[in-house]
Amino acid sequence: MFFSLRFFRNKPILPGFALSFGFSSLYLSLVVLIPLAALLMYVGDMSWSAYWAAITDVRVLQSYRVTVAAACYSTFAATAIGFILAWIVSRYDFPGRRIIDALVDLPFALPTSVAGITLSALFIPEGWLGRWFALFGWQISYAFPGIVVAMLFTSLPFIVRSVQPVLEELESEQEEAAATLGARQWQIFCKVTLPALMPALITGAAQAFIRSLGEFGAVIMIAGNIPFKTEVTSLMIYVRLQEFNYAAAAAIASVVLVASLLLLFLLQVVQTRLFQKDAR
Amino acid sequence: MSTMRTRKSPQQWHQILLVCLGIALAILTLVIPLVLIFFKAFAEGWQLLLSNLNQDYLRSALLLTVLTTVLTVPCNLVFGILLAWCVTHYHFRGRSLLLTLVDIPYATSPVVAGLCYLVLFGMESAVGQWFSARDIQIMFAWPGIVMVTIFVTTPYIARILIPLMQVQGSDEELAALSLGASGWYIFSRVTLPNIKWGLLYGVVLTSARAVGEFGAVSVVSGSIMNQTLTLPLLVEQLNNDYKTAAAFTAAALLACMAVITLILKTVMEWRLNRALRPAQH
Repeated sequence: MFFSLRFFRNKPILPGFALSFGFSSLYLSLVVLIPLAALLMYVGDMSWSAYWAAITDVRVLQSYRVTVAAACYSTFAATAIGFILAWIVSRYDFPGRRIIDALVDLPFALPTSVAGITLSALFIPEGWLGRWFALFGWQISYAFPGIVVAMLFTSLPFIVRSVQPVLEELESEQEEAAATLGARQWQIFCKVTLPALMPALITGAAQAFIRSLGEFGAVIMIAGNIPFKTEVTSLMIYVRLQEFNYAAAAAIASVVLVASLLLLFLLQVVQTRLFQKDAR
Repeated sequence: MSTMRTRKSPQQWHQILLVCLGIALAILTLVIPLVLIFFKAFAEGWQLLLSNLNQDYLRSALLLTVLTTVLTVPCNLVFGILLAWCVTHYHFRGRSLLLTLVDIPYATSPVVAGLCYLVLFGMESAVGQWFSARDIQIMFAWPGIVMVTIFVTTPYIARILIPLMQVQGSDEELAALSLGASGWYIFSRVTLPNIKWGLLYGVVLTSARAVGEFGAVSVVSGSIMNQTLTLPLLVEQLNNDYKTAAAFTAAALLACMAVITLILKTVMEWRLNRALRPAQH
């Protein structure tokens, strides 16, 4: 019992524990924890009914639906596209492979507002890509699909970058063994490759989903921001701020914050489970 | 020992089809948007592009963006090194809590991050009143912009260094210690040379993110032309004012930085992968 109450699991040998532990926990408190706590305390000052009214306003409720639906669609699409990109980049040699490999991080390196105006210019009915959708009468920019496109673009690197290292490290022996036992290629893929990739795929998809829920810059430039139709929750916070209704903004923000923190913790629990399963 | 997979050129028809599909998807989602930015910036000719580049608002936005980045990177660099040192060399209670806390900025929506700082340093709070009584403006001025940028970019350097230092372990540092080296000497002569590529890689990622942050900054900036507009905010402002060519000029400037980032990143990833892969005997 006493043993387990000790602060150190192993006695520190290298110098610098006090400095590194002290500084990094102080820094995290100042930069991350105190501001988050300030928001929650600010919300705590609100009366329960005012809080409830702010977070269940009809327009806000609709924004939750739009955000979650768009994030689901975009995560599925990003997972599919990201998987194909990671697959070809790590498995095959072809001209332009290195360029695609480097370009995958473009959505990460490009500011979201730039991504937003670019995508909206691409997908307006006169745009380079929008004109093809216009043939079918589909509107992308300034409509719901625009939100999905913006989220898809900004979350693509998360999928590729979490699947790719696993694909590259995956030992070819297992697949070759399956092949010598007479498995067909799709059987090898479904029974050998895919299960090995599952943890990475789940991690990547979860990161993409969390990122999409919070995406602001790219989405507001393409969504058109029509109340009740194409407003996302981050935008609702912004709208409330511009109305100088700080309390309502903080209330909505607390919902978003709690939701994303829950998802983050859930992801870490799932990850530990999956890694433990691997280790066994 | 895992055998490194060798990449083959696609041979069967379905492999060729898959590669073609992948290339097509990459062109649609990545290449075309990048080309469009430069196309739009040049669309109305060189003269207009140059005059757009010469505007005061663009120069002051560029200056503010650079200032923000220059102040953000060293803070997170020191933090990243110390946190990585702390969690990779010692086993203590709360270690995994520390690792979870550092990930919070990843999961926080930028607008929510900005709002947290607005609530903490705004006029309604005690902290905000303390600063304003001393005539120090934090919100709607550059200090606020720097602070939220630091928040958003907190995890990057730490998250790159931790796996790198974990792979390398403490053996070399312990050997140096047993030979009588001081803490600082161990860090600068043993650890630093081992992690230098990871460090540079983290600096590149942090800078890219600091230059491009939009949501958090837009909440605390107040969007005052020539004063508190960073380049990404300027893009939005110009676009809202229907100055499309000017907006895409600023966008092209940012896209150039993004391309430079990608090139640096590729070079460093190549270096970093060699460091992460333990020497094969």
